[in-house]
Amino acid sequence: MNFPQELKYTKDHEWVKVEGDLVVIGITDFAQSELGDIVYVDVDTLDETIDANEVFGSVEAVKTVSDLFMPITGEVIEFNDELEDEPEVVNEDPYGKGWMIKVKPNNIEDIQDLLDAEAYKELIGA
Amino acid sequence: MKNTALTHIHEQLGAKMVPFAGFNMPVQYEGVKAEHETVRTAVGVFDVSHMGEFLLEGPNALGLIQKISSNDASKLAIGDAQYACMPNEEGGIVDDLLIYRVKEELYLLVVNASNIEKDWNWIEKHNDLNVAMKNLSDVYSLLAIQGPKTIEALQSLTSVDLTAIPFYKFVVGDFAGIEHVIISATGYTGAGGFEIYCKNDEVAQVWDKVFEAGKEFGIKPIGLAARDTLRLEMGYCLYGNDINDTTSPIEAGLGWVTKFNKDFINKENILAQKENGVSKKLVGFEIVDKGIARHDYPIVDADGNEIGIVTSGTMSPSLNKAIGLGYVTTENSKIGDEIYIEVRKKQIKAKVVKLPFYKG
Repeated sequence: MNFPQELKYTKDHEWVKVEGDLVVIGITDFAQSELGDIVYVDVDTLDETIDANEVFGSVEAVKTVSDLFMPITGEVIEFNDELEDEPEVVNEDPYGKGWMIKVKPNNIEDIQDLLDAEAYKELIGA
Repeated sequence: MKNTALTHIHEQLGAKMVPFAGFNMPVQYEGVKAEHETVRTAVGVFDVSHMGEFLLEGPNALGLIQKISSNDASKLAIGDAQYACMPNEEGGIVDDLLIYRVKEELYLLVVNASNIEKDWNWIEKHNDLNVAMKNLSDVYSLLAIQGPKTIEALQSLTSVDLTAIPFYKFVVGDFAGIEHVIISATGYTGAGGFEIYCKNDEVAQVWDKVFEAGKEFGIKPIGLAARDTLRLEMGYCLYGNDINDTTSPIEAGLGWVTKFNKDFINKENILAQKENGVSKKLVGFEIVDKGIARHDYPIVDADGNEIGIVTSGTMSPSLNKAIGLGYVTTENSKIGDEIYIEVRKKQIKAKVVKLPFYKG
């Protein structure tokens, strides 16, 4: 299983990547593997400001549904529309084409509180 | 936590294992969608050895079965299987089960793993005619081999002509080098195939030979996740989800296995329900909007009034639609009725459809 060094992680199995003054958010390789075949990504918080650890959407697999949690406080400014037609890319490419939202953080420094790849791997016992 | 006799094989195959009804069971191998597809188009093998098996024997065995079962077991010839439920005294269902007539006075009852102890105690409690009862659940294994290529894949393993076993009949014969195997043309997928009952110390050999013989037909192991999507596409009830101790056979649409030409537990009340109607019914629905219904989500009408509850829901891999089963008030249960499922505080539109969802 793959956990890129340059990303930050949450205990709820999201990853965070800094892109200029925005962050990109998705779910980890471990999360997609635990969920199994993903069939629908439901994000209805576009343009809303969501607090850290609050729900910004949910991901539906065949077998189960799981909430998606904001890693840091900020405004959801973009949803990955590609997931509407091809939710399976979250399984196939969780850190690339399977990204979920872009967020304008209230304070980009908040990402320092998130887990690094090593700490996340330890959390999931990888 | 109990293991089946094949747990080590599932682990070797890299299955994701989950606790289910007290057993350590494979929920998926390569992925639920691929496994589902294998069963619909080729052939797949489920280890469902967690299921319970009881033998009832003697001159009064039929009488006991008639008392506990909603269906009419007097119709069973030797070699016939029958689906039924066991009504309780309060209007609900103790379990649903298969009843096999093995010999003149010998019947095999196959029950859900989660209910083995409850069912055993229930049947024993009503066994006032001293029918000999044996619980073989810990001794017997069960493989469900399902899919359109099952007969081709398995024929070389037995001298029994598999094409000559009609749906819901069975033969006791040789299979994969083992004698006295029950080869039953039953299943929980709607894809055709067999259920194979043998002893725990025989099942590893059966599993190996089945995979050897099925290789050229694309045979694969299938987990419980695909078992659930397959049964739901057919609209088959799952005990604990769609039926339970409080749902009546009539509400659940099991009137077709409830026969009033004989006596059984709680017959009078169930007959009254059939004659006077019930206030809620189990229906199949398809989601019209986006989203997936899940067990226990509320069902509401266009004005947001609660009219029912979802009992099962999934994305159907064969239809690529979100489908589900749920109880709704009878006035909202007609085919084509618009209902709404409350998904995370949003109300998404669905419509009542005819079962099965998947028509092959």
